[in-house]
Amino acid sequence: MQFMLLFSRQGKLRLQKWYVPLSDKEKKKITRELVQTVLARKPKMCSFLEWRDLKIVYKRYASLYFCCAIEDQDNELITLEIIHRYVELLDKYFGSVCELDIIFNFEKAYFILDEFVLGGEAQETSKKNVLKAIEQADLLQECMTSIKMNSC
Amino acid sequence: MNKMPAVSKGDGMRGLAVFISDIRNCKSKEAEIKRINKELANIRSKFKGDKALDGYSKKKYVCKLLFIFLLGHDIDFGHMEAVNLLSSNKYTEKQIGYLFISVLVNSNSDLIRLINNAIKNDLASRNPTFMNLALHCIANVGSREMAEAFASEIPRILVAGDTMDCVKQSAALCLLRLNRTSPDLVPMGEWTARVVHLLNDQHLGVVTSATSLITTLAQKSPDNFKTSISLAIARLSRIVTSTSIDLQDYTYYFVAAPWLSVKLLRLLQCYPPPEDTALRSRLTECLETILNKAQEPPKSKKVQHSNAKNAVLFEAISLIIHHDSEPTLLVRACNQLGQFLQHRETNLRYLALESMCTLASSEFSHEAVKTHIDTVINALKTERDVSVRQRAVDLLYAMCDRSNAKQIVVEMLSYLETADYSIREEIVLKVAILAEKYAVDYTWYVDTILNLIRIAGDYVSEEVWYRVIQIVINRDDVQGYAAKTVFEALQAPACHENLVKVGGYILGEFGNLIAGDSRSSPLVQFNLLHSKFHLCSVPTQALLLSAYIKFINLFPEVKATIQEVLRSDSQLRNADVELQQRAVEYLRLSCIASTDILATVFEEMPPFPERESSILAKLKRKKGPGNLPDIDARRNVNGNTEHSEKPEPANKSSFALLADLLPTNRPRPASASPIMLSTATLGSTPPITALLNLNSPPSTGASLLVDVFPESSCLTAPEVSEENFFRFVCKNNGVIYENQLLQIGLKSEYRQNLGRIYVFYGNKTSTQFLSFTSSVTSPDSLKTQLIVHAKTVDPIIEGGAQVQQILNIECVSDFTDAPVLNVQFRYGGTLQNIAVKLPVMLNKFFQPTEMTSQDFFQRWKQLGAPQQEVQKIFKAKHPMDTDVTKAKILGFGVTLLERVDPNPENFVGAGVIHSKNSQVGCLLRLEPNTQAQMYRLTLRTSRDSVSQRLCELLSEQF
Repeated sequence: MQFMLLFSRQGKLRLQKWYVPLSDKEKKKITRELVQTVLARKPKMCSFLEWRDLKIVYKRYASLYFCCAIEDQDNELITLEIIHRYVELLDKYFGSVCELDIIFNFEKAYFILDEFVLGGEAQETSKKNVLKAIEQADLLQECMTSIKMNSC
Repeated sequence: MNKMPAVSKGDGMRGLAVFISDIRNCKSKEAEIKRINKELANIRSKFKGDKALDGYSKKKYVCKLLFIFLLGHDIDFGHMEAVNLLSSNKYTEKQIGYLFISVLVNSNSDLIRLINNAIKNDLASRNPTFMNLALHCIANVGSREMAEAFASEIPRILVAGDTMDCVKQSAALCLLRLNRTSPDLVPMGEWTARVVHLLNDQHLGVVTSATSLITTLAQKSPDNFKTSISLAIARLSRIVTSTSIDLQDYTYYFVAAPWLSVKLLRLLQCYPPPEDTALRSRLTECLETILNKAQEPPKSKKVQHSNAKNAVLFEAISLIIHHDSEPTLLVRACNQLGQFLQHRETNLRYLALESMCTLASSEFSHEAVKTHIDTVINALKTERDVSVRQRAVDLLYAMCDRSNAKQIVVEMLSYLETADYSIREEIVLKVAILAEKYAVDYTWYVDTILNLIRIAGDYVSEEVWYRVIQIVINRDDVQGYAAKTVFEALQAPACHENLVKVGGYILGEFGNLIAGDSRSSPLVQFNLLHSKFHLCSVPTQALLLSAYIKFINLFPEVKATIQEVLRSDSQLRNADVELQQRAVEYLRLSCIASTDILATVFEEMPPFPERESSILAKLKRKKGPGNLPDIDARRNVNGNTEHSEKPEPANKSSFALLADLLPTNRPRPASASPIMLSTATLGSTPPITALLNLNSPPSTGASLLVDVFPESSCLTAPEVSEENFFRFVCKNNGVIYENQLLQIGLKSEYRQNLGRIYVFYGNKTSTQFLSFTSSVTSPDSLKTQLIVHAKTVDPIIEGGAQVQQILNIECVSDFTDAPVLNVQFRYGGTLQNIAVKLPVMLNKFFQPTEMTSQDFFQRWKQLGAPQQEVQKIFKAKHPMDTDVTKAKILGFGVTLLERVDPNPENFVGAGVIHSKNSQVGCLLRLEPNTQAQMYRLTLRTSRDSVSQRLCELLSEQF
């Protein structure tokens, strides 16, 4: 996978993850173009499209579009399910996730994605294992916070 | 709407949440920017302040900066603070530090050392959570500096016996990323053998990550990873035969480990089918099981179930196609895809069409694919999604052979009538290629191409109509038919200009073949062509003039009529130099040359040498080499028998022919470009321009008809330099391009719809530039809007010398694009290739207009329709100086109207854009807001495209 973008129906970018080196200018250009292209598509259309020399796989969940760019040889359907599994992970973590959760806890959305997908490839596809890793990290945070509270 | 989120797990940062709420409450972009600037100032002062910040505050501010950056704003500080967080012993601070670095740090050399140091410490910490943070950071940044520092360390972590599983997973993908970005820095070694054995690991997460890594490595050096084949097959076999509970959490909607299965199948595609028979049959069993499962009733109605199952199925089919060795599997795959072609899920129909395209190129399944032709044609007619229809076109193209070519071409032609604009050009190319490749009789070919022009003339590129002319010239059995057919087609009251081009050329060469019929006598032919003349663009008119002089040669009886036409004021005094020159030269030639000489000069074109079809080359360029199924050579990965259907010799010879139609640079006997002919020294003479002392440019119009394969097309086109483009919006002179060798300067002047640019090429070296050429090209859409004539330049520029080139410009209608100046020369043996976007913008054709305040506002109100006004609010990029702003507005080309706007701070201006076709009045108003450092620019013109373009151009200037 070359990159993943999350954006709202209004075209606001909510999360961007790049697995290939690109300049900020190029990233902005790609984002602008893709958001426009995907938002212009009608609901019943197919989830895949050719774009430049990449394949775009996207799916809409409520007000959010999840959009991945993969290479010619990559598998579209499994990418669609990467999106779905990521949504499941967010959902489980936040408890029926909504766009606002991702806006206000954007850093968490990034951490969860890193546990699931790394370097553009699925790292750990077990939902249990990903959530365990994130919960452990949260636990570390919480006990450290409480230490800080005590020390104050 | 703007509620705070209900859940905030872990260590919430209140300040951050408040800031995000504030941003969300901003009513306008300006308010948002204001709020952000305020926050940036606050953070800056906190970072600069004397008081040392505690870790929590530092984390909070770094997180805010990250949020601001992700909103799309630039961040130029805070990196140091983020790096400090990396060495915090509080996990949460470290984590935010790493996130900031992953998103925002590009190889900034000062910091990279510090970052690498922190990563090194965390990798050595033996704390799996910290190690993973460090590995994720390397995988996310993946820079060369990081590869240098860690490419040898990570393999050790990956294969060490005591490394935790979760760390192994991250290490594997981290190494994959480094191997993708800097393969030369990842050392192969003893670890590679041990990595392969990770395919046997107990932990499926480890296997999943390792499989991706091994696939990437095997693609680069397959021999080193051959042992992975048997391990991958064994693993795959265990997965496909497992029951859904065996794999516990790795089962996804009743499908056993779909991600891992896809990855294993992908890994196997790095290799040919295994030679070991036992292994081979085990793999065949796996693939059969996967195909069988597709026929079983679904275990769940959820789309996730069928997607995961079919993801594995499609990957298995890819492997079957890749191996291209098991006819039964190939045919089964084809039947399975055939079922999907009619599936109710659009996604599956799309993928089936895509996958079948590759199946069509296997000799085993080509026939099986062809049986689905009716379904595919139906898809072309009924699919509601253009991307699916596009796949159907691709598949029809891939499955086409002699047996179904006529049907497929007919269907594509009929689809073309309603096809989406975005894919028309590609369909035209495909039809042209198929029609040529499978033409048994060339009358069908000629009919097909003329149909293409009739249905989609605008999308018929030069290559296509050049090609039909080449084929007609090379095959004398079709010439009479071609002449008759174009003659009939030209009878239509409205015909496309491309038809006039083809018609003009073919009648000029072969009109004599139908002249015997009184209904198509020479005079009738000439009158027919000339009736189209005034509707055509300059290049076509030039072509028609050449056809006329060929008529004089073919039919002496119409000589007087044609001379009359050439002699008329509209030709001899044509404003276009190219046309004027042709008229003058041809008229003169027809008067002074004897019939013998005329016959020699305008002899029929000789056959073209045979080359690959330039249309095919164009389609390849358009699609990229990987995306086009090669319909000539059926794909053959493993050296199996080739597909039996080879192009037959007769067909091939005509298929592969191609060349220049009218090369001016390589003289041909029948070249119809205006070559000067003095009766005394026929054959080796200077251009007639010298004789008539006209000093006009060489025949650029003729170059339209010239080489389809110009020398430059073999070179990769250089990137067009645009960096100085916008600096020329409000000025006319300056340096547009400079590198170590060459400086290009411009001096321009414009009057109404005409312009002239003096281009100065300065050789900055002490060595000669040889074979110096410079031409101007325009994107297709621009060609009809803006005409640019470039005079030739001397092919040699001495070291340190400067030469000048004149460009004459005519604005025909309003335009957005800009022409490109292409410069080529040899310097010290290497060919230099430079392309520069020429600063010819719409505003150059402004004539300033004076107006009273009353007139201005009255006119302003008249232009009140929404599409006539374009407004833009933007931030000042330069200091807001009134005098500079005035100068820029004047430089833009309008009058600056003083005391018109009630607010003296505002600037208003008026002007008229002159083009050959129209004049567009234009009013503008610029309202500066010094407090906010913003401008509001409003443009009103009677044409929306003009308002749009002018606003784009001017708003870049402040």
